[in-house]
This record gives sequence, C-alpha cells and structure tokens, in this order.
Amino acid sequence: MSIKVRIPTPLRKLTNGSDEVSATGRNVGEIIEDLEKAYPGLKERICEGDGKLRRFVNIYLNDEDIRFKNNLETELKENDELSIIPAIAGGAA
Amino acid sequence: MSYMKALKCRECGKEYPKEALHVCELCFGPLEVAYEYEKIKGVLTREVIEKRAPNMWRYKELLPIDGEPTVGAQVGYTPLVKADNLAKALGVKEIYIKNDAVNYPTLSFKDRVVSVALSRARELGFKIAACASTGNLANSVAANAAAAGMESFVFIPSDLEQTKIVGTLVYGGTVVGIKGTYDEVNRLCSEIAGKYGWAFVNINIRPYYAEGSKTFGYEIAEQLGWKLPQNIVVPMAGGSLITKIHKAFKELSILGFVGPVTTKVFGAQAAGCSPIINAVKEGTELIRPVNKPNTIAKSLAIGNPADGYYSAKVMRESGGWGENVTDEEIIDSMKLLAETEGIFAETAGGVTLGSARKLIDSGRISRDESIVVCVTGNGLKTQEALAGKINPPTIINARLQEFDDLVKAGGKEYAVRA
Repeated sequence: MSIKVRIPTPLRKLTNGSDEVSATGRNVGEIIEDLEKAYPGLKERICEGDGKLRRFVNIYLNDEDIRFKNNLETELKENDELSIIPAIAGGAA
Repeated sequence: MSYMKALKCRECGKEYPKEALHVCELCFGPLEVAYEYEKIKGVLTREVIEKRAPNMWRYKELLPIDGEPTVGAQVGYTPLVKADNLAKALGVKEIYIKNDAVNYPTLSFKDRVVSVALSRARELGFKIAACASTGNLANSVAANAAAAGMESFVFIPSDLEQTKIVGTLVYGGTVVGIKGTYDEVNRLCSEIAGKYGWAFVNINIRPYYAEGSKTFGYEIAEQLGWKLPQNIVVPMAGGSLITKIHKAFKELSILGFVGPVTTKVFGAQAAGCSPIINAVKEGTELIRPVNKPNTIAKSLAIGNPADGYYSAKVMRESGGWGENVTDEEIIDSMKLLAETEGIFAETAGGVTLGSARKLIDSGRISRDESIVVCVTGNGLKTQEALAGKINPPTIINARLQEFDDLVKAGGKEYAVRA
C-alpha cells in the first residue's frame, strides 16, 4: 500500500526538494527499499551497511518511534504516515 | 598553538573542519573534537600543569580552542573535599566530594563548559551567545557573555526556580521563558539556531562546549595525586558530563599522567526523570524519552537526553551502574551532605549523593574502595525545594531570660559562667 513519508531538510536534496513523498510497502523496511529505488542514495543515509536503522535517525509512525514498536518490521496500514527525523536537530546542511 | 585536529563523527568517523558544526551530514551522528595527542605529549607534563594558575585552563592543550582563552579565565579548580564525616555516616572508607557548588562565577559546573564554548565562539567570529537551559547553564551563559561583552539570549522553561531566573536576568541579557518542558525549549532553540545563526552553546557549539566538562575529571585526578578514583558517581541530565569525565580519565592515561583507567562510573538521576537509568537497569541500548519529567531536581529534568546512549555505554563498559532517587531521598541527602560536610548542594547534588548511598547499600559500590561524588551546583539556587522540609528558626525577643528558657526547653545542659 502507498504510505506518505515526511523527509527532513538534510535529505531533501535526494528527493528533489520534496518534503513529503509516497512509497509502497507492507512494513517500514519495505518502504525504505522502495524509497531507495525512487531516490537512490537515501537508504545509505538512514541505514547502516547491515540494513539496521542508524542510531541517530528516528522514524516515527504516526508520532510513535518505531524502535518502540517492531522497528523496521513494524507493519503499516492504510492512512499511516511515516516521518524520518534526525535525533539531533541540525542546521540547514 | 592548537592541538585540535578536527571535528569527527562519533558514529561513522567522518571528519569535518573545526567550525560551528554539530551533526554529521552523512549519518546524523554527533560530532566530537579530535586532538593530536602525540604532539600534546611533547609539551604537556604533570609538572607543567602543576606550575600553572589554579583554574581549568591549566589543561588548555586538551581543550578545543586555537588561541588563549578569552572567556572565563578564572573558572574551575574547585575543591576536592575528603569527606571523613560523611564516610563515617555512610560506613565507607574513603569518599570525596568534588565541589563545583563553588565554581566561579555562577556556582555550577556549567561555567566550565560555557567558558570553553564562548572562547571558541569568539574565535569563530560569533557576537551573540545563546542557550537552552534548565537554569545553571542560563546563569552561566548570561554572566560569562556579559563579562565578555557579548549579547546573550537565554531560553528556559518558564517554571524554573525563582533564584535561577533572577540569577540570569541580573546580567542584563534577554531571557525568554517558554511554556513547556526543557525538551520543548531545546527543540525550539534548534530552529532558532538554524534561522538566526547565533552561538547556541549547547547546540551548534556543542562539540566544543561539551569538552569543557573534561576539566572536572582532570582536576579530580590531579587532586587525588594523579590517581583515579575506584568509583565515581555523576549526575545525569543530558548525559554529557559523565561521558566527558570518563574521556578525561582516558586522556590522562594516554598521556601517561595516570595508570590504566579502571574507574567504575555510576550515573544518577531523579526518579521522576530517569530515561538513562531505566535503560541501564533494563539492559537495553534504547533510551525511552520521558515526556513529562516530574522532580524537584529541575536541573536534571531532561526527558530526551542527547548523550543518553553514550552515557549508558560508559556505565556498562566501565563496570558501573546507575541508580535513581525520589524527591524525599533527594532532600534527605542534601541535608546529610550539609550536616556532615558543611556543603550545601543543589537538588542535583541530593540526587547524586542519594544514588551513591543506594549503590553502596546494594553492594554495587564497595565500602572499601575510593568513591568520588560529583556536586555540580549550589543549594542556594534551589532553596524552594527545602520549603517546609527544614525547621524554621526559633523567634524570641531580645531578652536573655527568653534565651535561657529556650535552652532549658531544649533539654541539653551547657556550662555557664557564674
């Protein structure tokens, strides 16, 4: 299913400036794979080499940190919204 | 002469120039200052340090500025008190209080980090100093900025202790009270820092600022005769101090000033705001933020600690542990410290000593080993917490008879002159 994903300022260079994009997947991990296909290079920024979410990147599913749900396996349903948010707020870099 | 090599990401290791940067643009990890220890070894010895003035800049080669310090030249070198009365009360052999309640000029350890942050900010060309604060940092930024001739903007939760608000306003900078928690203040400040480009000491200047805390650790080692304590108990808000004290010990070891680091590092938080202690006790790397901190230890009321992960790691890897205490236990320990050692620590000091007591009682800290308890702020700033908790003075008229009656009522006999 198609899910809305909010993109933080530092990653918008990869999404051609968009602050919100759509991606398809049954869980958060699949959404990230789908985002990578549409916006190559994005996965590397938010995931370690072994695919785990980087420590200082938070992903919120409707305002709840997925680390306290089922992490990348957290399942999604219609009208869910994901937000990618760096743990440490940065400047405009 | 600077021995600061670069800024380096703690997560992925990517290096950055020594500018006002704090987040890795690749992996979003925090940046930290890297030094050229081999070069420092060539110029800095214990003897060189011992000959210098008693302030935190005696370790300047290990601090992140390019030139000489221009802010806070007198900060640091606070007493390390061998607390024998307290040791007796607790049934331990050797306990020390590192007393930053008397740090100069604003009576908390924050003067250390602020003097480094503002010295560096001036080197980078900033004219305006700012911060998000639970109080002590507010006092320190306002005071040190005033002395340095910098304009200041200080952002605090609006419900702070009155003394901490007055002790910020008096320096004449702009103080903004935000209706919300510290974490909400901090989030707003990140946006303001991005938009206005000021030197927010705990945001865009954070890599430099945080290094100032190392001097707390250097001083403990030097004051113990270039030895490290077997145990140290440190209060945690954002969790930066505990990691920097450990870093300081490791650096002194790298330089050969002390032996290998075997100190067990313990963290302390208030029960009403224990995100890091909870993680340590549950054995998880995940720090679950506390949305609504509720404790009289307002200086430690940070629900989403920036260095939570690293501070939990230091406790775990050093063989330490963490503990937390209720408001009643905080006050009880503030009183114990005052009554045994004549030291009036702020609520955070009660958190630290209270946690130390629990760690001793549970056997996590051995009664036979040396213990350092870190007091980071002054009790005069958090007097509200003691309202109704200590006996008021007895009021009498200015007549000797009334005093005699008072003594009699007290039941204790005193020798009197005929």
